[in-house]
Amino acid sequence: MTSLAALIRRDIKIALRVGGGALIGVLFFLTVTVLMPFAIGPDLALLTRLGPAILWLGALLASLLTLDRLFTADHEDGSLDLILMGRTPLELACAAKALAHWIAAGVPLIAATPVLGLLLNLDAEATSAVALTLLVGTPALTFTGMIGAALAVTLHRGGLLLAVLVLPLSIPVLIFGVAASQAAITGPMSFGTPFSILCALSLVSLVVGPFAAAASLRHGLD
Amino acid sequence: MRLSGRQIDCTRGGRSVFSGLDFEASSGEVLAVVGPNGSGKTSLLRLIAGLLVPAGGSVDLEGGDVELTPPEQSHYLGHRDALKPALTVHENLAFWRDFLGGAVGDLGQCLTAVGLGHATHLPAAYLSAGQRRRLSIARLLVVRRPVWLLDEPTSALDAAGQDLFTGVMRDHLSSGGIIIAATHTPLGIDARELRMGGGK
Repeated sequence: MTSLAALIRRDIKIALRVGGGALIGVLFFLTVTVLMPFAIGPDLALLTRLGPAILWLGALLASLLTLDRLFTADHEDGSLDLILMGRTPLELACAAKALAHWIAAGVPLIAATPVLGLLLNLDAEATSAVALTLLVGTPALTFTGMIGAALAVTLHRGGLLLAVLVLPLSIPVLIFGVAASQAAITGPMSFGTPFSILCALSLVSLVVGPFAAAASLRHGLD
Repeated sequence: MRLSGRQIDCTRGGRSVFSGLDFEASSGEVLAVVGPNGSGKTSLLRLIAGLLVPAGGSVDLEGGDVELTPPEQSHYLGHRDALKPALTVHENLAFWRDFLGGAVGDLGQCLTAVGLGHATHLPAAYLSAGQRRRLSIARLLVVRRPVWLLDEPTSALDAAGQDLFTGVMRDHLSSGGIIIAATHTPLGIDARELRMGGGK
């Protein structure tokens, strides 16, 4: 357990320091969301209707932005070799790294949502619904994205490949995340149905992600 | 304790690096892997470390902990130092101590032993190549592992650093450790040679 806690602490510390990239995701999220009202125009009703989708898309792209460094940085400086040799099962080490990434890069996105909701003319109830779906859905984005990060680890500039690999896997999360938010705002569907499916998607990715990532890291040994 | 390899074949990128290689090293012994560039010295070390999968043959560690695989009982000191520039010297070493686990030593003492006692709170980004190497060597001291796999361990070290490292290796051998080192320069310590072929 101490080894996993050490790994989580280290990754969070690195992400929060200069050049770590935790804030880059939030800044990107902020930029995308601030630009949207300018592109769409001052139609408040339209903004309210598109709001949850814009926030979800922004969060998805922002989490992709920092995900490609998840294993690449450790691969480049040789840390990944030592993690592979370690006594901690690689699956657990992968899960710890993804958890650290989510805490450093995912949680700030959720914290920024209430502020950005104002810009999209979302009321308090709608904003909290979006924030809740993001809280439940972003772990799924991180844990499925980790599989792509592990596959692209040996490639230089694998960021684009990562996006191509990961985005199709994120579509279900996006659909049910936005559906749950819309249900809370406009109905007529109940909030619980898509929200339960979103929870299920997250739980599945928590289980499958670490195993798939560890398998592709082992397969990529060279 | 005895580390041995039998009939090891190594293939990389569809090309055979070496085949039918045998080696063995017992407690208190140094095996110096020598040979020209491209003869497979690094490949052999990475193979023992479990970072490459052999195309044939096997590596065994007799007399070790039966619950653990040979890589889990080994230290690997490669070309890359496994240091994070954003973290301080102390944080880097403390992370590897906590992550690698097992029997651990005192962190401050290990840093002093490699001559970095004055720089513990300096970010690793500011270290020179030689200091980075010293910090990697401190990792070998802070966590106890019976087998050391060293790839060009003395590169970037100054004369004092090489003497220091020779002393570190002597201590490890006298406590029953095994060292396998790929090297071009003499280690300053009695070693059995394993000569690798001409590559191709």
